[in-house]
Amino acid sequence: MRPLTDEETKTMFEKLSKYIGENIKLLIDRPDGTYCFRLHNDRVYYMSEKILKLATNISRDKLVSVGTCFGKFTKTLKFRLHITALDFLAPYAKFKVWVKPGSEQSFLYGNHVMKSGLGRITENTSQYQGVVVYSMSDVPLGFGVAAKTTQECRKVDPMSIVVFHQADIGEYIRSEDTLT
Amino acid sequence: MGRRLDPTVKVKRGPGRKARKQKGAETELSKFLVDDDGPKKLSSRARKRAVKRTQVTKEPKQEETAKKGFSDENSEWLKPAQRKRKIEQCEEDEDSDSQWEEDDDDDVIEGLDHKGMEEEEDDDDDDEDMVDDYGADEGGEQDSDGEELLPIEKAAKKQKKQASMKPESDDDDDDDDDDDKEEEQDDLKKDDDGEEEEDTVQANFHESEQFKLPAAAERAKEGLLLMDLQTIHQRIKDNVDVLSHFSEKREEGKERSEYLSLLRSDLCTYYSYNDFLISKLMDLFPLSELIDFLEANEIHRPVTIRTNTLKTRRRDLAQALINRGVNLDPLGKWSKVGLVIYDSSVPIGATPEYLAGQYMLQGASSFLPVMALSPQEGESVLDMSAAPGGKTTYMAQLMRNTGMIVANDANADRLKSVVGNIHRLGVTNAVICNYDGRQFPKVMGGFDRVLLDAPCSGTGVISKDPAVKTSKDEADILRSAHLQKELILSAIDSVNADSSSGGYLVYCTCSIMVEENEWVVDYALKKRNVKLVPTGLDFGKEGFTRFKERRFHPSLKLSRRFYPHSHNMDGFFVAKLKKLSNTIPTAPKNTENEVESTKMETAASSKQIQKPESKEQKPASTPAKSNMGKNQKLKQKKSEPPTKKAGVESQNKKADGPKKAKIAKLDGEASKKVEKPDKKQKVKEQNGDSTKGVEEEEKKKGSQFKKKNKSKKRNLRMKRMGKNKFKKLKKMLGQQESGQ
Repeated sequence: MRPLTDEETKTMFEKLSKYIGENIKLLIDRPDGTYCFRLHNDRVYYMSEKILKLATNISRDKLVSVGTCFGKFTKTLKFRLHITALDFLAPYAKFKVWVKPGSEQSFLYGNHVMKSGLGRITENTSQYQGVVVYSMSDVPLGFGVAAKTTQECRKVDPMSIVVFHQADIGEYIRSEDTLT
Repeated sequence: MGRRLDPTVKVKRGPGRKARKQKGAETELSKFLVDDDGPKKLSSRARKRAVKRTQVTKEPKQEETAKKGFSDENSEWLKPAQRKRKIEQCEEDEDSDSQWEEDDDDDVIEGLDHKGMEEEEDDDDDDEDMVDDYGADEGGEQDSDGEELLPIEKAAKKQKKQASMKPESDDDDDDDDDDDKEEEQDDLKKDDDGEEEEDTVQANFHESEQFKLPAAAERAKEGLLLMDLQTIHQRIKDNVDVLSHFSEKREEGKERSEYLSLLRSDLCTYYSYNDFLISKLMDLFPLSELIDFLEANEIHRPVTIRTNTLKTRRRDLAQALINRGVNLDPLGKWSKVGLVIYDSSVPIGATPEYLAGQYMLQGASSFLPVMALSPQEGESVLDMSAAPGGKTTYMAQLMRNTGMIVANDANADRLKSVVGNIHRLGVTNAVICNYDGRQFPKVMGGFDRVLLDAPCSGTGVISKDPAVKTSKDEADILRSAHLQKELILSAIDSVNADSSSGGYLVYCTCSIMVEENEWVVDYALKKRNVKLVPTGLDFGKEGFTRFKERRFHPSLKLSRRFYPHSHNMDGFFVAKLKKLSNTIPTAPKNTENEVESTKMETAASSKQIQKPESKEQKPASTPAKSNMGKNQKLKQKKSEPPTKKAGVESQNKKADGPKKAKIAKLDGEASKKVEKPDKKQKVKEQNGDSTKGVEEEEKKKGSQFKKKNKSKKRNLRMKRMGKNKFKKLKKMLGQQESGQ
């Protein structure tokens, strides 16, 4: 387990800011203590300093996970955000999309969100903006990328994609093995 | 588009669907109904029932007399089956977690009408006497079991009830009638008996009154013949019946053991167990309970879920699930987060609420160890055998994501499920690692609380995994027990006894074998400074303090056992231990005196572990000695066997002042020779005696036990000692004995 290098930190924060903007500092300085990011086996883990101290006692090959896994760095050093980060993205999300109950299941299976399934969308969403997807009962379902701006979404036909799927909570069952 | 509906134009319509029904019922009923309860206002359902009642009374009297009471001379002693069955059913329901099953029954009884509640209940009772209960109660029971019973199981269940009722009627028989008369009446019954299930009391009298034990030759033949299951089942029933009233019902000349061996082989055949397991179960349970246990293992326990209070509340979750079409109820008074699922139109493990981490599928028995452990906020907790993570996440939700949890499991594949569940349920204070539990104190220690859900033989969860019935044997059980003993010692060593809020360990298994449960805890009590404390679970059977030839510490009755047939949850064992001190007592008592003086091995009998332990003990014990000594002394006065060591220990620690100097000297000198420790031991003891008179009392207690061991040790050492030394020893011993 090691702290992130500057490069890695920059890449990761860029990715995160796509979804939560400048609220990243809220993730680090929290009222209940300082939290930090650490890298272990190419995965980024988010944990409080108290846990960090105790986790250093565990040897590298035996440590499986610490705190919450946010995502991993690919072989080409791109950062890929995992669904496990949803709990931290959702409260700070800047742009949100609500999905109708009928197409909830479709999104949970990994499909993109179509105009016909779109319930609500925050104003001023720009194209290719990172968004967090909610159900109509305000349960976070995952996150994705907006395919169209809010204005365009109103005009476009019902069968076109409005949100590209990136991660959804159905992955907890579909790809349990790859979480760690 | 179609024609628009114009509200101004009113189209005349005839009577609708419902209008006809409502009117029709009234008019039709008035034809039949003889107004018996005139002033009483009946609801529509009650009215319908009354109609049916009148219809039934017109049917041939034979049925009625056969059911309601017997018109021939048997009416005094022969009672109709049904009422008792109803009572039996109610009792059975109450035995298992009664909360929701009572509700079910109530629903069935009261129906949907709210008006004439009392009337309906009266009606029901009457109905059940005379009329078929439309399968309502049975349906209710089936629902509460969680799935439909196979026909054979239904029959078995009924026969079980009949059998348990049979002794009651049998007792009457034996009191009142001769065998001849009974046989006559049996014949009569045969004629009357058109019914199948309702009159199984009568049916039982068809078979021979006396249960005849088949001779050995016959049994050998049976092996080849392939007996039909129903016959075997009947034979089991009869056998159990005879065994419970052995003196009355036995055949002349047949021993109890013959009946038992027949029962054993029948049970093996009928329930498909191997012989070893059936024998073990026969030792554990009295015969009536044994049948219940075996039956309970054939059916699944109800599906239960645990609300994740980090993300939602039970009430909101229940509402959301009901909206999805799930039929559920709160688990019981003992749990605020549990829900039991009766049936569901959606897969309960794949709802959006599940994926959002609002609940977790978990067996009811798995709630118990975490409730017993009750981790507090801000503590550091270790879960030594965490997969698949249900208990870990429950602990995290009790701690509200504060403090720290270390979730460990030896199996790397199963750890993936722990990771998944932890992330899904939003637990942020967990560290997951993949060690063998036995390595634990070396990796990290000083936890406030530890939970050890030890890997076991799984005899409590046979309903989930029927392979256990045939695959387990003596070696498996002993192997599990050995592993569990090692694990519990490591777990105890990982607890910090001086923790301000904790110092607790909960040991639990999903097994009902005494070798894996009480024996392991008893072993821990002997080997470490721990004691049993109440689990905080107010239901469940107490653990055994003795079993067959084994005797356990009396505090073992603070542990709890749970059974599928009596609590409707998987078989489980929970014990909560509190660690009294961080020092590790050395195992054989005769070497305890030498711990202070030497850091080396003494005789062959002492274990190798002692060396590092004694080393550990010295630095650990020196700072806190004064405190320890006093605490231990107090505790000593309270309870006996675990403090045997504590007593000796305190004694060792007390004689510190004069000893310390000696130790320093002696350490330098006597590094290799084995004789010296013995001498020092004697010297020290005497010093101890003279300087601290208080100790004598304790010493006497300890010394009773020491004496025997001492002689063994002495013999071994004698061989190595020189003549002069030996003489000195003898002298000292003589002095000691005379002193005592």
